[in-house]
Amino acid sequence: MENKRITAIRALRYGDLITRLSAIVMGLGIALRGQLAKGILIFLLEVAFLVFMIGAGASRLAMLPSLGTQEQGEVWNEAKQVYEYTAGDNSQLILLEGVITCFIIAGIILLWVLQMRKAYRLQLMKEQGEHVPTLKEDLRSLLDGNLHITLMSLPCIGILMFNIVPLVYMISMAFTTYSKEDEHLMLFDWDGLRQFQRVLNLNGNIGRQFWHVLGWTVVWAVFATFLNYILGMVLAMIINRKETKWKGFWRFCFVLSIAVPQFVTLMIMNIMLQPSGAVNVLLTNLGLITSPLPFWTNATWARVTIIIINLWIGIPYTMLQVTGILQNIPADLYEAARIDGAGPVKIFFSITLPYMLFVTTPYLITSFVGNINNFNVIYLLSGGGPTYVGDTAGQTDLLVTWLYKLTVDQQYYNLGAVIGIMTFIILTIVTLLTYRNSGSYKNEEAFM
Amino acid sequence: MELERNRISPRKRAVNFLVHLLLAVLAVIWVLPIVWIVLTSFRAEKGAYTNTFLPQGYTLDNYIKLFTDRNVLNFPKMFTNTLIIAIICCVLSTFFVLSVAYSLSRMRFGFRKTYMNIAMVLGLFPGFMAMVAQYFILKSMSLTEGTAVRLGLIIVYSACTGLSFQIAKGFFDTIPKSIDEAAVIDGATQWQVFTQITMPLSKPIVIYTVMTSFIAPWVDFVFAKVVCRANADQFTVAIGLWNMLQKEYLYQWYTCFAAGAVIISIPIAILFIYMQRFYVEGMSGAVKG
Repeated sequence: MENKRITAIRALRYGDLITRLSAIVMGLGIALRGQLAKGILIFLLEVAFLVFMIGAGASRLAMLPSLGTQEQGEVWNEAKQVYEYTAGDNSQLILLEGVITCFIIAGIILLWVLQMRKAYRLQLMKEQGEHVPTLKEDLRSLLDGNLHITLMSLPCIGILMFNIVPLVYMISMAFTTYSKEDEHLMLFDWDGLRQFQRVLNLNGNIGRQFWHVLGWTVVWAVFATFLNYILGMVLAMIINRKETKWKGFWRFCFVLSIAVPQFVTLMIMNIMLQPSGAVNVLLTNLGLITSPLPFWTNATWARVTIIIINLWIGIPYTMLQVTGILQNIPADLYEAARIDGAGPVKIFFSITLPYMLFVTTPYLITSFVGNINNFNVIYLLSGGGPTYVGDTAGQTDLLVTWLYKLTVDQQYYNLGAVIGIMTFIILTIVTLLTYRNSGSYKNEEAFM
Repeated sequence: MELERNRISPRKRAVNFLVHLLLAVLAVIWVLPIVWIVLTSFRAEKGAYTNTFLPQGYTLDNYIKLFTDRNVLNFPKMFTNTLIIAIICCVLSTFFVLSVAYSLSRMRFGFRKTYMNIAMVLGLFPGFMAMVAQYFILKSMSLTEGTAVRLGLIIVYSACTGLSFQIAKGFFDTIPKSIDEAAVIDGATQWQVFTQITMPLSKPIVIYTVMTSFIAPWVDFVFAKVVCRANADQFTVAIGLWNMLQKEYLYQWYTCFAAGAVIISIPIAILFIYMQRFYVEGMSGAVKG
């Protein structure tokens, strides 16, 4: 076997006639060199692709640059006394079909490259008199050496169809005029970077809201992540202390709150903290307050309340997760610190915290990302409110909840997509800066 | 025992007392809302806002109404809808998650690192972005009207579960590779290693995966809301519970909401109490890998 990597270009340059012909008749080289069934299957895929392109694909691609031109018509029907509508182009459908067609084309190109390489490899194997695997052997290897192909193809198709394609589709919306503003819901057009400019422009209404929401999102994510982390760790350490009794019971009390589904807890908290909710009733009955506390109606109150409730939800999780890791900290480190006369606070900040930070960086990043995208807590607690008149974003809205409001409530799809992309960019920067430099990512194999 | 206690200094004893006091206060803060909702589910008076913290009378009517009243909010129907979706999703997602996790943990192939990086990048997009577009895709497949909504929800819940392999992979990583190698020397194929060696050794993570994927449809409310829109027939339990707290239903349905919340919390509670240990182990595994 040749040592150099087999690429499609090498196959075209050095392959024999049959291998080169495979560039046009896909699967030919494979079919003629002992793997007939596989070759025919590839050829059928090519035929199916060509039929699709001639039938619908080509016209879909051709529509993509204009996104449709035919406006929906409105004709007054005198006899029936109603407006009748003539079918116009539906840009949203054209865009979706165009995106899917692009993916199909990318798929066939990938198949082409793979079959060229395979054809050339089979040619070389034949020339050197090696054994070419039969269909039966190929099928058997799917349960053995190639088991990953069997196991992973369905999940991968799922992810491609229902995660990657939708994301690309949504991203492409950011560059269009698809929005309820100016009535562009049926027929819209490419719009370049205008929406990005709008969002980044501090002087415009949307831009002002964006920077405002972004600021609160970052503040929220930092508080939610680190307060939960540190307080959860402290709680775990208090329970783990040698002298603490009934450890199991305390843990049970805190874990109980995980058992209630999050959205239920959140909705109950929302109701409990209403002006006439249980908390205000209790405090009034005790004579501590005379007028209800403005939990959801005052921006600062709402923000603090959300962070505190998130602590209630998050601390038990952190406690569970760090308990095991805390016990792994080498005891002699503590011993040495105690001999040097360090107090509990000093030990926490100079031994426990650095050790935990080192080991759990990936976990911290995951939870930071999770908090930036924490839809449930905000949406169910405050609904993003209080909201000023004329704004689409409330005072406690995160980028994600604003994205929801912009797309589902307001139908400003292009603006929503831009917000989504901005969130992604921010998260990518944060993650790249920390995750890739952390020890546990680099040494993935070392732990096995 | 006596001797030991005498050796503890008074200062230490004071600290111990304070620590236990603190834990007790915290435990009350964490348990109180849960007790309150259980009490509310048995409350005889209607409405969300009462003038007393504890109920005045107790009754089982809320539970009975929840499962018999089909006129306004058809909870029994929502319950069956969710049950069907949950069972099918559970089978699909368990297969997806375990397959991907096993492949990434045990097999070595060119695409492996790429797949893990792609999964990481996809995780950085707000889940919502894909959600809106997924709705359009389901719509173009006409899966957003009538009973097809169920199929749409099943697809959406299970299609992308191949991305959440981390915990299961972390668990598989902890099983020594030498066991696999011994089996391969004895002539086992990778498939046999997967089904007959790794799976029996991984019961905790299999149960964990089964239960989490069974629970997901019960607690997801955002997606169900986006896909179902106004198809009241196809509502899941989560949307039903959410509706009960909307202004028009709040007074009549608040105590039933509490009853519904208690009912769906019970299986989750059992899962977490039973799985606590594995959950912790899985997480520390995930941190490693």
